[in-house]
Amino acid sequence: MTLLGDRERLSYIAAQAADSRLNVELETEGMTLNIGPQHPATHGTLRIIARLDGEQVVWAEPSCGYMHRGYEKLAEVRTYPQVTTLVNRIDWLGSFANEVPFILAAEKLMGVEAPPRAQYIRTILFELSRIANVSLFLGDLGVQLGAITPVFLAFRDREYVLNLIEAATGGRFHPNFDRIGGLKDDLPAGWVDETRSVTKKLRRFCDEIEDLLFGNEIFQSRTRGIGVIPRDVALQYGLSGANLRASGVDWDLRRDHDLPMAWKHAQWKVWTHPDGDSFARCWVRLQEVREATRIVDQLLDAIPAGPVMAKVPKIIKVPEGEAWVSTENPLGEMGYYVVSRGDLGPFRVKIRSASFNNISIVPWLLRGVYVPDIVTILASLYFILGDIDR
Amino acid sequence: MSSAPEAPGAAPADAGVATSTDASANDGVPHVTTVADVEAALGDRRLASHVQDDLCVRVRTDAWRSSLETLRDKLGFTYFCFLSAIDWMPSPYGRGEDDPTEPPPERDSTIRSGHAGGETRMQVFARVVNPVTHVGVTLKADVADADPRIESVASVYAGANWHERETHEMFGIGFDGHPDLRNIYLPADFEGHPLRKDFPLLARMVKPWPGIVDVEPLPGGAEGDGDGDVASGGADGAAGGGS
Repeated sequence: MTLLGDRERLSYIAAQAADSRLNVELETEGMTLNIGPQHPATHGTLRIIARLDGEQVVWAEPSCGYMHRGYEKLAEVRTYPQVTTLVNRIDWLGSFANEVPFILAAEKLMGVEAPPRAQYIRTILFELSRIANVSLFLGDLGVQLGAITPVFLAFRDREYVLNLIEAATGGRFHPNFDRIGGLKDDLPAGWVDETRSVTKKLRRFCDEIEDLLFGNEIFQSRTRGIGVIPRDVALQYGLSGANLRASGVDWDLRRDHDLPMAWKHAQWKVWTHPDGDSFARCWVRLQEVREATRIVDQLLDAIPAGPVMAKVPKIIKVPEGEAWVSTENPLGEMGYYVVSRGDLGPFRVKIRSASFNNISIVPWLLRGVYVPDIVTILASLYFILGDIDR
Repeated sequence: MSSAPEAPGAAPADAGVATSTDASANDGVPHVTTVADVEAALGDRRLASHVQDDLCVRVRTDAWRSSLETLRDKLGFTYFCFLSAIDWMPSPYGRGEDDPTEPPPERDSTIRSGHAGGETRMQVFARVVNPVTHVGVTLKADVADADPRIESVASVYAGANWHERETHEMFGIGFDGHPDLRNIYLPADFEGHPLRKDFPLLARMVKPWPGIVDVEPLPGGAEGDGDGDVASGGADGAAGGGS
């Protein structure tokens, strides 16, 4: 007992001495920490180079390009229907949502509008890809903080959504289902009822995640007040989606842009958060999954009858012009600037992907944070490598 | 600061962009942005504009940075969407579908610019948005053919930093005043600028496009009887599908 007491006292004295040496005499030397290219926090292969002073980051820079596939160049040698195959692979967790703005841009140039039924089904599939995408984010969030359970829940419940997407489109990850003028097919029999039961499950999943993670003390202390992005910084870096709304900007392209889609026929809410920290970004995404299930439910009740394909020529030639269409994708604003020369394929496609802008704030945001927070901040920004590198 | 906000109805007839939805404005920018506002703010820096659902303005090359600064400060275009470039020269390789055994066909190589015109082969364009009125503007500027360079706007919009790096490596356009114009995607020793039209798509050069083997001739009229894979819904799958 006394021995233990002495030991404790001794170690205390030793620690104090070490502290004072460290603070007074020891000069720290900068260290470069390399994260990735294969780090589980990166959803692909992003490499982050961070220069550290002790445990603090003094400089950090993401190194992109490990997955650059040159879609803007490839799109120039493909026909319009073939481009959807490419853009499917930009944000691979919510593929259907990538197709929509490109198809809308082509339709805008052609002066074609999809029939109402196709607009509804498009919107439903769009929101389902958002649910599939963001629910995986919510589960993955736990892994970044050392909690394993949420990711199992996420994979379990995302599977229901992927099954729905597969049933409707034939592809789990790359539906390639959207066509200029409408959709490839109508919904299969029984799909609507099945979807209703799945949205219920997903709402329960959101509640579970909220209980497991968002109420968790460790999660809160690791995310609250960490990685704060003020409103004006978020705007000038072009952050979009939940990252922007978590910084208090009330802007959602689904509500604020007049697109030929069915969001305007549903009652739902755009969530914002004033804090701009990692917690706010995660919280806004959680609410967005809930709202997405609400949108899907309401649209399922209201799908009009009719064809799913407008009258378009079999060989699609898009008239000369330029069009910009962007939509509120799971990761943020995804847009295409399509330049047409009246040819079978686009003359130039500028792909504005959300993650490229979202991740460009990293050098600014990581300056001064502590090493363990790098991972939570990156996770809360939520990017997908295909969406950065295109 | 700028001209008094007009009611949407008072805007010019073609002001398709002047839509102001439920603007939850609480900072001092006008609640409505009209085409006239943008054109007045840019003044003689504007060379041409094109209004059709969306506003596209071409400004003088030397006024590129100051124009974006004006839009940000005077009209509240604080959201930076993207910056990139367009090479208006038609590709000398077409779509890379030529039969390599035959001499390449004659191609029209005249340079035609798009909306809001242009005088040079390459143009830089950027899009900024007012997050309160939700109005966006696409700004274009010509860059000289011989030495394509333009002023960097990374100090106006921090997000432009990476976009300019990407445009620099993909199009070979220099950005004066950019803090760090390194390659972002390509290796540092990569030669050429891949998104220029005269940069061949090597995959198509090395191996001919398989489409030329079994391509069907395009029907003469608008609608032919080829089994187009686009418009026919699911009806044309009946003949196929062996297994």
